[in-house]
Amino acid sequence: MTENLLILLLLVMLIVIAVAVHRLRSLFAAAMLFGLFSLVAALAYVLLDAVDVALTEAAVGAGISTILMLSTLALTHQRTEARHRRHLAALCTVIFTGAVLLWATTDMPGFADPESPVHQHLAPYFLQESASDIGIPNAVTSILASYRGYDTLGEVVVVFTAGVAVLGLLGGRRSSGRQRREED
Amino acid sequence: MQHDLILRIAAKLLIPMIMLYALYVQFHGDYGPGGGFQAGVIFAVSIFLYALVFGLPAAMRVFSPTLVQALAAAGVLLYAGVGVVSMISGGNFLDYGALNPGDRALGEHIGVLLIELGVGITVAAVMIMLFYLFASPIDADDSGGH
Amino acid sequence: MQHAPYWLVVVLLMVGFYTMIASANLVKRLIGLGVFQVAVFFLYILLAKVRGGTAPILEEGIALYSNPLPHVLILTAIVVSVATTALGLALVVRIYHAYGSMDEDELVQHDNEVESALAARDARVLQAPRKAESS
Repeated sequence: MTENLLILLLLVMLIVIAVAVHRLRSLFAAAMLFGLFSLVAALAYVLLDAVDVALTEAAVGAGISTILMLSTLALTHQRTEARHRRHLAALCTVIFTGAVLLWATTDMPGFADPESPVHQHLAPYFLQESASDIGIPNAVTSILASYRGYDTLGEVVVVFTAGVAVLGLLGGRRSSGRQRREED
Repeated sequence: MQHDLILRIAAKLLIPMIMLYALYVQFHGDYGPGGGFQAGVIFAVSIFLYALVFGLPAAMRVFSPTLVQALAAAGVLLYAGVGVVSMISGGNFLDYGALNPGDRALGEHIGVLLIELGVGITVAAVMIMLFYLFASPIDADDSGGH
Repeated sequence: MQHAPYWLVVVLLMVGFYTMIASANLVKRLIGLGVFQVAVFFLYILLAKVRGGTAPILEEGIALYSNPLPHVLILTAIVVSVATTALGLALVVRIYHAYGSMDEDELVQHDNEVESALAARDARVLQAPRKAESS
């Protein structure tokens, strides 16, 4: 029960931080606060038993994303948002979408219900058989690397492709000084 | 920042520990939380710290941009290569059990270790590459298609 | 009250969504996208939770674990999300260096000015031969 209350509290904290990030006009502060947002999210993941996800979120969200955003601000010399616009159409869209989603949650199984359909199909097999199939105690690693190895290969290729795309966008002639000298 | 004694000594102490922790997360991922994705990011962070304290050119001397680009591709190749080797050994693509027909569970374990290494190398290299690209100033004469 | 965590996730999702639509600044929009992504991650991770379960690291004497499959999907999604965010930020840097701004209103205004200038030039070019004919 206390665990559930803590999870709710952390989710409320995340909403508060997200609203604060939206209201902040200083982009530098918004980027820093977004790092804090990731850290609180990682804490909530730990409470939800997703330790691998928490480790990833703490390293990636709080570390790399923040550094990349601050570097972007350094490269562009823009520190503040020009102004806030009140967007009535956006507000209506968001409220309508949110209302539909809230209505949809009434059809969902209750939170942490062991009988929910998610837990009936594949998970029992993974949890019972992975120890003898693969011999690795961490079920997340055995699913990631073996049962869903094809999927993970795709994800690694996506990361690689994104890196190559950024290299194409920002690399320019900087990373190939030798080539430039040849052109001259 | 390059003349700040406390920062430099603290960084010198921290960087090896971060790298060691990255290796722990990489190879202990089978038994506890961790794996290639997290280890790659943590390893990249140690290079970030080095670049922030000692300057980007110093970091680029350790891990040259060319090396980083090659490593990013090498990780993907290692991953796919394990799949190809398991095909040659008579299994399906990425069916690690075929790597060691005598004891399929051991084969799976070896396969998992190798592909996690591939994931770790690619993720670390791509993150370092992104940092290098975002941390370097942009050439004024190279601004888009104008 | 059984659905309370899902309601909070929906609110978080909508805060991110609103930041994405209503902010003019492109970096702010990417932050909004990040908030939106984290909300989606939470939806999956909340579904994976089992009452009384522990983290899915198999150990003797423990019978009830949370569902590991959503954890796997989200773990890879987080790393992919940072790679795609980096791509978006790189586009922002490029846009800034081409336009001198990363505010959407200013970008649209700049584009409109360029367009009307081009249209005016085209109009002059088209009118010039007719004048020559009439004289």
